[in-house]
Amino acid sequence: MILRWLKGFGRFWYGFIIGDDWTVAATVAVALVVTWLLHTAAVAAWWLPPLAAVVVVGVSLRRASR
Amino acid sequence: MSQSSVFVTTFLAAAVEVIEMVIIVVGVGSVRGWRSTWLGAGGGLAVLAVLVLAFGAALTAVPIGALRLVVGSLLLVFGLQWLRKGIARVSANGLRGMGERTASAEGVPGHGVDWTALVLSFKGVLLEGLEVAFIVVSFGLTAQALRSAVLGAAAAFVVIAGAGLLARGLVQRVPRSALQLLVGTLLSSFGTFWAVEGLGVAWPGSDAAILVLVGWYLLAAASYVGVLRRRAHRLVAQEAVR
Repeated sequence: MILRWLKGFGRFWYGFIIGDDWTVAATVAVALVVTWLLHTAAVAAWWLPPLAAVVVVGVSLRRASR
Repeated sequence: MSQSSVFVTTFLAAAVEVIEMVIIVVGVGSVRGWRSTWLGAGGGLAVLAVLVLAFGAALTAVPIGALRLVVGSLLLVFGLQWLRKGIARVSANGLRGMGERTASAEGVPGHGVDWTALVLSFKGVLLEGLEVAFIVVSFGLTAQALRSAVLGAAAAFVVIAGAGLLARGLVQRVPRSALQLLVGTLLSSFGTFWAVEGLGVAWPGSDAAILVLVGWYLLAAASYVGVLRRRAHRLVAQEAVR
């Protein structure tokens, strides 16, 4: 029963974070890491995550519509 | 600082946070259904109440930056999923809605708890509620007027939450495909804002940057809808020629 609950729990978070296109979550993660690295190098990088998010959504839509 | 100025300052500062909280709850409830959304919001308020009672003034020691990063990142990746689906559906169906789709076709369970709605509203209420608690503690203790600060925040909650309840009926009249796109835009905007803020990066214009982010994601969504519709028309025209 615990195993089934753990599987359900894992499936929920997989669907919540990854969904049906893992590249979106991966791009967001990479964009946030790069933003943090640029911030630690004293470079203003607030623009990077919204730009990366819009680009990856476009790429994902293009792939899905083919 | 007088008692009345503490009340007004706390009211306005808390109102900004409560507006964000109410937008998330109303948006998620309108798209996914209300029962699990209320459960999540109630759970968030309950955890918040326990934290406030347990920590009191020591609440400012909670690592809000890390919390913003985690909650913001999760809202961003989930918001982008809804944004993508909303764009695809609006480009396919226009603003007519999604016809006679059932709850299960939407990915919303027909019975039992909808964990997606519950988690989204829980996180939105807890994070925003904690920010309101920080405002109350910092303003109230600094000005030695904790009672006025608490009353100001409580008044903001009552006024904004009441307005949100009234707006619920209006929001539910929006076609669901457009609503999904709109709520995806809002979740992505808040998620981006909090995640970047959680990294310690300051936004130009502070909280006003959220409005710019909403505009940015809406503009992108409108552009993608236009591109997908043009492509669909082109494909139909090519099929007709054959």
